[in-house]
Amino acid sequence: MSTDTTSTAPKTREPETDRKTWWREHSELGMSAFLLLLGVLVLTDGLSLPTDFTTRGPLGPQAVPVAVGSLLVLIALLLARDVLRGGKGEAEGGEDIDLTSTADWRTVLLLSGAFLANAALIDVAGFPVSSAVMFWAAAFALGSRNYVRDPLIAAVLSVVTWVAFNELLGVPLPGGPLMGVF
Amino acid sequence: MDIGTSLSNLFDGFGTALTPSNLLVAVIGVLLGTAIGVLPGIGPAMAVALLLPVTYGLDPTAALIMFAGIYYGGMFGGSTTSILLNTPGETAAVVTAMEGHPMAKRGRGPQALASAAIGHFLGGVIGTTLLVLLAPLVASLAVDIGAPDYFAIMVLAFVAVTSVLGSSRLRGFASLLVGLTIGLVGLDQLTGQARLTFGSLHLADGVDVVIVAVGLFAVGESLWVAAHLRNKLEKPIPVGRPWLGKDDLRRTWKPWLRGPFIGFPFGAIPAGGAEIPTFLSYVTEKRFSRHKDEWGKGAIEGVAGPESTASASAAGTLVTMLTLGLPTTAVAAVMLAAFQQYGIQPGPLLFERESALVWGLIASLFVGLVLLLVINLPMAPVWAKLLRIPRPYLYAGILFFASVGAYAVGGEVLDLLLLFAIGVLGFAMRRFGLPVLPAIIGVILGPAAELQMRRALQISDGNLSGLVNSPMAVTVYVVIALILAWPLLRKLITPKTQEREKQDA
Repeated sequence: MSTDTTSTAPKTREPETDRKTWWREHSELGMSAFLLLLGVLVLTDGLSLPTDFTTRGPLGPQAVPVAVGSLLVLIALLLARDVLRGGKGEAEGGEDIDLTSTADWRTVLLLSGAFLANAALIDVAGFPVSSAVMFWAAAFALGSRNYVRDPLIAAVLSVVTWVAFNELLGVPLPGGPLMGVF
Repeated sequence: MDIGTSLSNLFDGFGTALTPSNLLVAVIGVLLGTAIGVLPGIGPAMAVALLLPVTYGLDPTAALIMFAGIYYGGMFGGSTTSILLNTPGETAAVVTAMEGHPMAKRGRGPQALASAAIGHFLGGVIGTTLLVLLAPLVASLAVDIGAPDYFAIMVLAFVAVTSVLGSSRLRGFASLLVGLTIGLVGLDQLTGQARLTFGSLHLADGVDVVIVAVGLFAVGESLWVAAHLRNKLEKPIPVGRPWLGKDDLRRTWKPWLRGPFIGFPFGAIPAGGAEIPTFLSYVTEKRFSRHKDEWGKGAIEGVAGPESTASASAAGTLVTMLTLGLPTTAVAAVMLAAFQQYGIQPGPLLFERESALVWGLIASLFVGLVLLLVINLPMAPVWAKLLRIPRPYLYAGILFFASVGAYAVGGEVLDLLLLFAIGVLGFAMRRFGLPVLPAIIGVILGPAAELQMRRALQISDGNLSGLVNSPMAVTVYVVIALILAWPLLRKLITPKTQEREKQDA
């Protein structure tokens, strides 16, 4: 826990920063907007199902999507009301989580990049290469800077996993050109 | 089914569980489960979800035996983390940390670990014995229940899981609806019409539950941790081999034996597993304790009782999951998905149709518990070393195995992208306090609930009374009404208990 008390915001603020702070404090409205959007999506998809289809039973395939979509819209509005009245969702704590710090978006983006690189590479370069890249990049994103140990662990982990899944567990993973020699 | 048949079935089950290959699978499961459960940040639910692909190549019996080991091992591992590192990763271990960590700080770590391990063992044995006695009975009663009853029970699960847990019902319901939406994706089960597939053939099969579970738990958690990674890690307290003295035994045997009778029933009802019963056990033991001055500073009863309770609640969870096909916790939800991967549908008929498999699984629970005790007591110092794993490697590893799991489901890159999208959703849910469990339950039970509801209405020819035309369904709806009225009741009760707590302290 942080014992730093000097970081309290100054009392006089520019109107622009005021607006920014307001949005930051009410960022949960974004969740509400997402739920609203999802609700509308589910509703339109549900209602666009052809009704002349010979449905078995009194309730067709539209009923549940329409119900879920409507409830989503309702919950989105209720959530927005709750947030505007000062309600706040409790951010989830955990062993490695320090909620007193502000969100570190750079790490999140780097980590996402590592994951998506794996998705982009796996069919081209094969599982061992793509997931080794992902492991190293993810460890780098999270602050590990050991340029010998990091790639070594990444390489060993991916090759061992590939062999274990392919040979021992019978779950095929693409080897890629590099594993063609085996 | 009478008890004699159950016992002879169980005996056959041991025959299945004790074959060398299945025993080996159980050992691997227990070791993997404990190792992953000890790792900080990974609770049993994530452990089970991440290890699901390991079982893809096994036959159903061996796979489920391994799963049972992973489940019990994961729960056990969580207690080690909370005792030695204080900040528990999952709800069942929160209570253990309250007394266990102060004990470790005072140099009584070995005793805390031992009372947790033995409590876990005894709670598991008593809980699993209750499972043996009750599950066939529940199954035979459940054979007669019809579509309206099933629908009512599933609605109960939805309401209970959103209302009982978490601080905000609104956010619980939001999470449930997100889960139900994901569950809608794919072809309608009755008419075969595509819903929310946006013309994608891949989505026509629906979103695989494994991807949802791994995405919400593993990827969501990694991204969330990345945003708020603690700079200075808390140092785990080093510990030697666990043991208990005579004085400690005198203080722990009663909490050990009381725990299961609190944990088992709560595990069986859809109230979120171990969170509530472990807390109840804590309060109970505090009231009975003769060492009230030690509470808060490391009272051993506060470790023994809740651990035994948590373990028994896992067995209770399995009763509901096996006999009704109803998962009450996230772990049970993932296990249900594992059953379905093999085309096995848990429910009242499971004990008839898959008798050998079910009894093999139950017998392996006993085997797993013995293995846990035998392996973990001497190995505790080794497990404790896992707490020092550098966090970049830990979360890179979680992402690594998450993508292995998602890719192994069908060998599709699209699944990885889906996994990432669900991971981002999991991140947002953590950020804004939406609980994850209702979403998982929604994904798994949503389609089943829709099917039962439409069946019930088919039978009644569209008349809504078809949903409430059995005494059981009516009873369940009354229970649902009570749960929804609970905050009002709680307001009447809480001030009193708080005063009492103050007096105790």
